[in-house]
Amino acid sequence: MFPIEKIRNDFPVLHQQVYKRQLVYFDNAATTQKPVQVIEAIRHYYERDNCNIHRGVHYLSLKATEAYEEARKEVRDFIHARHAHEIIFTKGATESINLVAATFGKWFVQPGDEVVTTIMEHHSNFVPWQQMCLERGAKLRIAGINDSGELDLEGLFGLINENTKMVALAHVSNVLGTINPVKEIVSFAHERGVPVLIDGAQGVSHLPVDVQDLDCDFYCFSGHKMYGPMGIGVLYGKEKILEELPPYQLGGEMIKDVFLDHTTFNELPFKFEAGTPNVAGVAGLRAAIKYLQETGMTAIAAYEEMLLRDATAKLSAIPGMRFFGTAAHKASLISFLIGQTHPFDTGSIIDKLGIAVRTGHHCAMPLMDYMKIPGTVRASFAFYNTIEEIDLLVAAIEKAKEMLED
Amino acid sequence: MLTLWPPMSISENEQIVIDEFAAYDDWLDKYNLLVEMGKSLPVIGPQYKTDTYLISGCQSKVWLHAAFENGKIIFTADSDAIITKGIVNLLMRVLSNQSPDDILQAKLGFIDQIGLQEHLSPTRSNGLSNMVKQMKLYATVFKMKMAGKTGSQG
Repeated sequence: MFPIEKIRNDFPVLHQQVYKRQLVYFDNAATTQKPVQVIEAIRHYYERDNCNIHRGVHYLSLKATEAYEEARKEVRDFIHARHAHEIIFTKGATESINLVAATFGKWFVQPGDEVVTTIMEHHSNFVPWQQMCLERGAKLRIAGINDSGELDLEGLFGLINENTKMVALAHVSNVLGTINPVKEIVSFAHERGVPVLIDGAQGVSHLPVDVQDLDCDFYCFSGHKMYGPMGIGVLYGKEKILEELPPYQLGGEMIKDVFLDHTTFNELPFKFEAGTPNVAGVAGLRAAIKYLQETGMTAIAAYEEMLLRDATAKLSAIPGMRFFGTAAHKASLISFLIGQTHPFDTGSIIDKLGIAVRTGHHCAMPLMDYMKIPGTVRASFAFYNTIEEIDLLVAAIEKAKEMLED
Repeated sequence: MLTLWPPMSISENEQIVIDEFAAYDDWLDKYNLLVEMGKSLPVIGPQYKTDTYLISGCQSKVWLHAAFENGKIIFTADSDAIITKGIVNLLMRVLSNQSPDDILQAKLGFIDQIGLQEHLSPTRSNGLSNMVKQMKLYATVFKMKMAGKTGSQG
């Protein structure tokens, strides 16, 4: 039995009214709420342990450094990486991807080379590659999707050739919910000597992730989409490829020795962690990982699957609903429009009924253009959501439909 | 274009809108009113539903056109979202058929009073603040044209 009541009690934000109605939070793909354990960990850090890490010889600095490096090992275990130094702390998935696109592009991409990505990417895994390709005179190749919002796998495979330098794609689409067959893609790309970066921003919070099993070269995610704090994220990279890449930003802990005419750089993972890191964020992330592990990623995935099935069945029963993303293998979010109405109208009305959903292009403008729609309404579920809340969403959508349609 | 006589001032128009919204306590009812106003917005001519008249910064699209007639600015507008149309309709009712000077001086306190001030924040996706800015920009342009005695007609 999934301990939903205990879980809900751990998330203070959920227990409030908006517009005199109980808040229903269905914007989890944008950011998840934080359990008291995470909030407490950040508070504890600033109350008891705050110190700049790695350089001090005094008690607090050693304690903070130890906790920071312990967190790195816990992230390693969480995604089943081989080494702790393959875990780079960043400020989020966006920075992780930018780091790779910039350094990899600078070192390995020449005019005429190609990078393969997909039409369903979040801007954060699209624009860094697009801009790098423009700068390097390389070509961005984009795989499409079918009517269910599933990746055109054959099409993607067809784009990989001797000029391909990188394949970059989402583990889970933030708009369609589609879970991509990333292991199969990594295997195909590796047979042709092409590395693969996975944007796991929507993956880690929903699915157990094993980067060694996936065999991907990079895996990127954000703390705030997995019940941790904002401003902290992770870049996982295989040791060998991280060793080869040049530093991204310069200064602070990433330095080894500085001379007047040159500088040598620190080893992994510090080489990529310039400046004072977000130690409090790491403390919060650590607490979030512990929370997820104690709840159990498999139990979370099963509960969210139940929510998704329930919501899909109930929303499908409303006449005129249009769904975007009906893949067989899907994470717990639903993108939809009520008939021909505008997503902004639907979102504004159900907001007034206390329900938080996201409307618009969801930072995926190429996908919106591809589907020829101005945007969608997206309800994304987390493991603290309930069937009762889904019933409130259904009633709210019916109300919006009644108000908007003539 | 319907011309009221005697012409109402901006503040009189604002008061009418405030009274209409005062009848509703619940947010949903206020939005229902906006939806109804959206449905009744006089539609802009198709020749103006182009990028030239598009106001940027809106999650929904808004097209705004202004014509200058007898010292007054006549606004027409449209949007692809009904609630945005409702908000546009409110602005039309308050600011259309007024002189450039009156439009430029309008404080538009009604937005705050009817509880729509959240839409004035520049980060809000419907870009009400951009609409107001654009309407005042038209007023500035027509004022300058008047001062230059070019006698422009729209």
